Amino acid sequence: MSNTKSALLVGVGGQGAILTAKVLVNGLMKAGYDVKMSEVHGMSQRGGSVSTQVHWGDKVYSPVIGKGQADIIVAFEKMEAVRYADFLKKDGVAVINDYEMASSSIAAGLCEYPKGCLEAMQANYRCFVLNAEKIAEELGNAKCANIVLFGGMVKALQMDDIDWESVIAETVPPKFRELNLRAYRAGREAAVC
Amino acid sequence: MDRILMSGNEAIARGAYEAGAKICSAYPGTPSTEIFENLPQYKDELYCEWAPNEKVALEVAYGASIAGARSLCAMKHVGLNVAADPLFTAAYNGVGGGMVVVTADDPSMHSSQNEQDNRHYARSAKIPLIEPADSQECIDFMQEAYRISEMFDAPVLFRTTTRVSHSKSLVSTHERTEKEIKPYERNPQKFSCTPALAYRNHPKVEKHMRELEEYGNTCPLNKMEIKGHKVGVITASISYLYAKDVFPEDTSFLKLGLTNPLPMKLIREFASQVEKLYIVEELDPFMEEQIKAAGIDCVGKELTGNMYEFNPQLLRERIFGEKPETPELGVKPVSRPPALCPGCPHRGFFYAISRHKNYIVTGDIGCYTLGGSAPLNAADTCVCMGGGFTVGMGIAKTLELTGQTDKKVFGCVGDSTFFHSGMTGAAEIIYNKGNMIPVVLDNSITGMTGHQDNPGSGKTLQGEIAEKLRIEKILAAMGYENIIIVDPQDLKAMDAAIENAAHSEVPAAIVVRRPCLLIKGIKHDIGKCAVNQDLCIGCKSCLKVGCPAILVENRKARIDQNQCVGCTVCAQVCPKKAIFRKEDV
Repeated sequence: MSNTKSALLVGVGGQGAILTAKVLVNGLMKAGYDVKMSEVHGMSQRGGSVSTQVHWGDKVYSPVIGKGQADIIVAFEKMEAVRYADFLKKDGVAVINDYEMASSSIAAGLCEYPKGCLEAMQANYRCFVLNAEKIAEELGNAKCANIVLFGGMVKALQMDDIDWESVIAETVPPKFRELNLRAYRAGREAAVC
Repeated sequence: MDRILMSGNEAIARGAYEAGAKICSAYPGTPSTEIFENLPQYKDELYCEWAPNEKVALEVAYGASIAGARSLCAMKHVGLNVAADPLFTAAYNGVGGGMVVVTADDPSMHSSQNEQDNRHYARSAKIPLIEPADSQECIDFMQEAYRISEMFDAPVLFRTTTRVSHSKSLVSTHERTEKEIKPYERNPQKFSCTPALAYRNHPKVEKHMRELEEYGNTCPLNKMEIKGHKVGVITASISYLYAKDVFPEDTSFLKLGLTNPLPMKLIREFASQVEKLYIVEELDPFMEEQIKAAGIDCVGKELTGNMYEFNPQLLRERIFGEKPETPELGVKPVSRPPALCPGCPHRGFFYAISRHKNYIVTGDIGCYTLGGSAPLNAADTCVCMGGGFTVGMGIAKTLELTGQTDKKVFGCVGDSTFFHSGMTGAAEIIYNKGNMIPVVLDNSITGMTGHQDNPGSGKTLQGEIAEKLRIEKILAAMGYENIIIVDPQDLKAMDAAIENAAHSEVPAAIVVRRPCLLIKGIKHDIGKCAVNQDLCIGCKSCLKVGCPAILVENRKARIDQNQCVGCTVCAQVCPKKAIFRKEDV
C-alpha cells in the first residue's frame, strides 16, 4: 500500500463532510485513480462525531485506514482534529477549521470544551488553519463552509493536476454552483500553514 | 462501460436486480437500510416493500419463493433474531424460486446493541453462507447466491458487515437476467412443515450440505492465490482487503466467498502448500475452529482477538507487532455522543417523565433510546425491538407481587416499533392485566434509520399512498379505555397526560404525537428562541432538557441560533421566563 494515499474527514454530523468527500472522490476518479471510501451512518448522524475515509492509488484494497496511516486529516471542527489526530502519519498534514461546536455532554454541563486544541495540533503536525464558517458567512451562506474547507484541503494536498473547479461544478447542485466555486477559491486563499 | 462508485448496499440492490429478483421485503436497520432504499429505482421490474418487521419480511420473501419468484429480504444482524423462526423451517422445506436473506452485521457496534456474529446462523440453520468483500462482489455474488439457492434447494444467507455495506468502491454493472415464473402449482408435500415431513427433510438437508461442501471446493466464489509457500492466509469478507494491505507480497491467499459449509478439501490443499497458515476473520473464530477441528495447524484469534472490527493497522500491530508512532498531544477531547436533535418531539415526554423519580421507564430501540442519556436519564432499560412494553410488564408484575405500590411502570415504543412488535406487547399488557402504561412515541416515521415509511406513515416504499393505520384505534380495539393523545411540546399537557394515565381507573395508554422535524414535505412550525440576558439567573434549569442548542457561558444561558428551531421546551422550564420565542415578541 506504499503507493496509495489516504484522507480522513472528521466533524460533527450534519457539517457536510460526506459531500466534501464526494467531491474529492469524483476528482480522484476523473484522474484515473482506484478509489475507495468508507463512512459510518446511523446514530452518529444525531450530533455525534463522524468520520469519512478516502483511500486512493493505482490499486486500493482496504477502504478503511487505521492509526498512523492518514496522509491528510480535514477537521470540520477543531476538537475533532484532536480526537482523530493519531490517525495521521508522522509527516501527515492537517487542515483544521478554526471553529468550535459544543458536544451534548458540554451542553449538559457535564464537562468543558478543552483549551488549546489548535496549538497542540500545530505543535505536532504541519497544519493549515482557516475559519471556514466565517468565510462562508462572508460569502453569504454558512452552508458552503465545507467547500471552503475543501479549498484548504486541495492546497494542502498539492494535487493541482486535477481540475477541481469543474469537479465541484459537476458535483454540487446547480443552484449552488457559483457559491461553491467562490467558497473553494476563498478556502484555497485563506488556508495558511 | 465506465466503472461507477457504489456502496456495498447499493451494489446488493443492483445485484439482486441483475439476478432477476422479483419480490423483495425488508425492515430497516443500520447498516442494512440503504439496500432497500435503492430498490424502488427498479420498481418497473420488481416489487419491493418495507414490512412491519423482519419476520414478516422473511415470510413474505419465502412465500414468493414458494410461488416460484426469486426473492430478497434484508435486515441488520439483530433483525435475523426476529426472523430466525421462518428461516430455520425454510431451510428444511427448501425453496421454489431462489431466495436470498441479507444480514448486515455490525462489528464494533457503530449503531447496535450487540456484536453477534451471524455466520453462526448459517451453520445452525444448515444453509449456504455467502460473504462479499467489496461492492463488485456484492453485485457478482448475488447472481451466484440465487444459483446456489436453486441448485441446493435452500435459502442463502448473504452476510455483510458495516464496512462492506457502507464502503464505496468502483464497480461494473450488468444487464438484468429475467427469470420466468411458472404458473403456481400447490405442493404441500414440500412446503408444509408437519413433523413427519420434517423428519424426512432433515436427511435431505444434511445431504445438500455435503453436496454444497463438495461444490465449494471448485466454486468460483472461493479463490486460491498462490504467491509463495512460506505464509498463507485463509480469509473472507472485508478482512481479505485488510490482510492484502498488511501481509507481504509473497503471501498466498485462500479467499473464501462461500463460507458455510467450509470447503475442507480446498482448505487442506491450500494448507499443504504453505509453511505457516493464518486465519484472518473478524469477531468469532467461525472458520478457525472448524479448520482446527479438521486437524489443520493454523493461528488466528490468539493474535487477532475476537472483539470489535479490524482495520489494516490493527492487524499489522497484532500479527507483526508494528505499532505506529503517534505524538502525545496533551489535550483530551471530550466525548461527543449522539443526542436528541434540537426540536425533537421526544424531548418533551422524556423531560416530563424524568421529573418523577418513582416512575420506571422501560425504553426501546429508536431515536428515543437517546432519552436515556444524560441529562434526561429517563430510561431504566433498553433491550430489543418491542421490549419497551414487555420488559416493562415483567417489572410491573414483580412490583405488584412484592407490594412495591409506590412505583409505576411506563413502557415506551416508537410508532414503527409499535407496528414491528409493540402490538403483541400491548395485547400482553391488557390480556394479563398489567399494572403499567404503554406509551407510543409517535413521530410519524422510522427515525433513527433515516426516515423509512411504516404502516402508520400512509406511504409505501414504492411511493404509493397507503392505508394509514391509527395507533389509537388499534389500542382501543384491544380494550384500552383511556387513550390519551398528547402533544409533547406542550409540557403542561404532557404532565397532565402522565398523571391522568398513572391514576386511571380503567386501562390507559398514551399516544405522544408530533411528527419528526426532519420529515420533508410537511409544514413544521420553525422559529428561534433566545435568552433575555437580564432575566437569566444562570440556574441551568434549561440544561436539563438536554438540547444541543443551549449553552451556559459566563453564568448565563445562550441559545445557538444556527441550531435552535424554536420548539420552546426550554422556555417552558425556565423559572424566570428568561427564554422567549422571537416570533412571539
